[in-house]
Amino acid sequence: MLTYLLRRALVSIPTLIIISIVLFTIVTLAPGDPLAEFALNPAVSAETREQLRVALGLDQPLPIRYVRWVTAFLRGQMGYSFTSQMPVRTLLAQRLGTTLWIVGAGYGVSLVLSLVLGVLSALKPGSLFDRAATTWALSWFSTPTFLTGILFILVFSVKLRWLPSIYTSTLEVADPAGLAALLRQSAMPVAVLALFQTATLMRFVRSAILDQAHQEYVRAARARGIREFFIVSRHILRNALVPVITLVALGIPTIFTGAIVTEQIFRVPGIGSLLVRAIETSDTPVVMAITFLYAILVVLCNLVADVLYGLLDPRVRLGEPVGTG
Amino acid sequence: MHGGGTPPPHRGCADDGRSHRSTGSNIGGNASTEGSNASTDGGDIPRTPHPAGATPVVTRSAQGGTLKLLLWQAPTILNPHLARGSKDYFASRIICEPLASYDQHGTLVPFLAADIPSLGNGDVAADGTWVIWHLKPGVTWSDGRPFTADDVLFTYEFISNPANAATSGAQYDLVEQVEVVDDHTVKVVFKEPNPAWSLPFVGPRGLIIPRPGVAPATTAVSPTQEVAEVGAEAPANPMMVGTGPYRVVSFVPGDTIVYEANPYFREPGKPFFSRVELKGGGDATLAARAVLQTGEVDFAENLQVEAQVLDQLQQTATSGQVITVSRPLVEHILINQTDPNRETSDGERSSTQFPHPFFSDKRVRQAFAYAMDRETIATQLYGANGRPTSNILVEPPIYRSPNTSYEYRLDQAAALLDEAGWVDHDGDGIRDKDGVIMHVLFQTATGSVRQKTQEIVKQSLEAIGVEVELKSIDSAAFFDNDPANPDTYSHFYADLQMFTIPYDSPDPGAYMQGWICDEITQKVNDWSANNVERWCNPAYDALYAQATREMDPEQRRQLFIQMNDLLVEDVALIPLVHRTRVSGVSNSLEGVELTPWDESVWNIQDWRRR
Repeated sequence: MLTYLLRRALVSIPTLIIISIVLFTIVTLAPGDPLAEFALNPAVSAETREQLRVALGLDQPLPIRYVRWVTAFLRGQMGYSFTSQMPVRTLLAQRLGTTLWIVGAGYGVSLVLSLVLGVLSALKPGSLFDRAATTWALSWFSTPTFLTGILFILVFSVKLRWLPSIYTSTLEVADPAGLAALLRQSAMPVAVLALFQTATLMRFVRSAILDQAHQEYVRAARARGIREFFIVSRHILRNALVPVITLVALGIPTIFTGAIVTEQIFRVPGIGSLLVRAIETSDTPVVMAITFLYAILVVLCNLVADVLYGLLDPRVRLGEPVGTG
Repeated sequence: MHGGGTPPPHRGCADDGRSHRSTGSNIGGNASTEGSNASTDGGDIPRTPHPAGATPVVTRSAQGGTLKLLLWQAPTILNPHLARGSKDYFASRIICEPLASYDQHGTLVPFLAADIPSLGNGDVAADGTWVIWHLKPGVTWSDGRPFTADDVLFTYEFISNPANAATSGAQYDLVEQVEVVDDHTVKVVFKEPNPAWSLPFVGPRGLIIPRPGVAPATTAVSPTQEVAEVGAEAPANPMMVGTGPYRVVSFVPGDTIVYEANPYFREPGKPFFSRVELKGGGDATLAARAVLQTGEVDFAENLQVEAQVLDQLQQTATSGQVITVSRPLVEHILINQTDPNRETSDGERSSTQFPHPFFSDKRVRQAFAYAMDRETIATQLYGANGRPTSNILVEPPIYRSPNTSYEYRLDQAAALLDEAGWVDHDGDGIRDKDGVIMHVLFQTATGSVRQKTQEIVKQSLEAIGVEVELKSIDSAAFFDNDPANPDTYSHFYADLQMFTIPYDSPDPGAYMQGWICDEITQKVNDWSANNVERWCNPAYDALYAQATREMDPEQRRQLFIQMNDLLVEDVALIPLVHRTRVSGVSNSLEGVELTPWDESVWNIQDWRRR
């Protein structure tokens, strides 16, 4: 197992290097200019723009900029944002908490929802409940989040005035009132995210369970007269969850990079909105840092998923000679 | 419309220090509970509550509470001289002040200056080579140190140091040096006679920043501990110190800035709020909703919402209202004087070597001007955001030419084209002459209002037999400076294009320079100059040269109006819409006065609850 892990980790290094080169090339060669906002403005002379270009290191050839970026990244501060001239690390740190809270909560809620709905509808496939749950989940999935977001704001903020449409990042949770305010302002973004994600996971859970439900061992268990509850919870669910866990693990990186659209709508100061703004303003260091961290997380989570697989399913013993498993 | 008419309350009213800004004459009485004997070397970190030598001006009885501001473009930097756009000036303007600033009538209002220099009071040299500013005495920085002429000098040193790449630099290009005459007097010396003597240290680009203390630098030039290997050297201190009514408590770039009342602010009883929260992000429509309908914020800036949407929001508004202020911005169509379809031997298109096949004929340009339905464009697409105009120089109002006019007349346009020999010879519905088909490529940046404008223009032009091809380019690529990118506004590889020159100086000099022959943008200057139309007229150059020397304000005003008239009369370009800035303000807030020449928060010390 250890050698397997080590080998996988080593293999990821060249993968990450290639990813970083491709990313850097795309991000820097994409049309767009970090100084575009000064174009045309007679109050910012061509000279000033040139000085800025030098100050930002944009006058250097690409390979040198790449090496500088790698060094900065490895040192941990990840370079300086072109627009705010602060270390990218600081910008990320300021926003990580909010992102984890909102996107993580959204993910958690959708996970619970999809497990419950998935299991219940798989128990009686084709039933009214099954169809209703699927239709419900799919309709949220097929409505884009920018639409649900705005609908929610119109209904809950403008009409009913129950919930705030702007996320206040300066809120201090010191008392129950503060906590209530936090929950109220998180409710809409979390709901939008959770509802959007539920369909995929729920359908996946449902089909995983249906796959298991017709297996020989389930029929054997039934034949032995084991109660249905235990058949589902001990036998079917345990086996069905193996692929589900892989899917969940692979979804974790998206929690860190935030929810781009939802964050924009509710003004949640998360990493997603930082990324969008960085792309708009060609803020290369920030775009690079977020996309590359995402790449690292994807690689990591793939690794974790594989390991989990091995732990959950005794038949899978990765890295060991074939035949001994 | 809101914002017109009455002068700002703080001009010339020295009687009531509580609700009006004071003029220089009584400021000593207002601000002065502490002497200016404070030692500058306190080495204070910015927010030490009671540094040696200075005490907060008042224990105030302001209204308290929190003022909530919303910008859908979020500020990212607080040092005004490194600002990347209006959003950043907006954020730093709450903290910092200039020596003076222009109000909506184009009149200078003193902030840190005790009075306004003029030729009459002898503070401006008769030959325009220097200006003397007297500073208000007894002004204190938000960290308790006294404000002196040396800080003005430091501001200049910061801006003029190329290493800082200050974005406010252009207004200081003509400055030879800044001299500290005494603690409260500075003299700005120019390299040559400068009729625009009032630009340095005035308005958002003139905000004064303090000279760093002895200990760890309190401002601007504090390089971080980490040696920056990459890009910017991180000189942007998030804890900007200023003389303004509020000071910064916390700053998350691109999200929220929290300010608190500056206890050292010189005017007793001000500011009125104890805390200001400036939130950024989202989009303009939701920002409009937040102030007009849900009342979650007190003020939202720059509500660039389509006319119909804004109308509807306004009609259903319950918590706030829309206020507008004219901006010095004109959305206009540029006419290429050179042929975008012919290449020189080294591959340059739109070169001055090849005049445009039909736009070199003035009658054709006039015909196109007649074919612009400005009324429809302005009312249907811009609504509160703009009104039709026939001038390219529109602000301050004194420079607005009364001599021009516009008419939407397709018959007149067709007649002019006929007269110029452009008729439909081959019967395909499109005019032609000598085998050249009248086909125009009309480009602009992507944006829904711009694309709809293109459609309206296209419809009119096709009605008079001109074939129109529309192109929209992503703004990042369109406003790119890359000489290798052929899609930029500056390459202008098209017949017509449309945009607005972002112009924010109350002196039109720099703006009007953009049409002199020397400014023609070409391959030789890497397309970095400003005359994008490639329009060259010696008469215009002569007027411009004269304006750079003319010290008499009235004479100079006439010169700029003549330049405007020449551009319009010769149809170097077609002005379409004079744009306004639309802001939303809560019904519970009063004291908001807007000016095109400074940020909306320029008088935030007077903002208060009703």
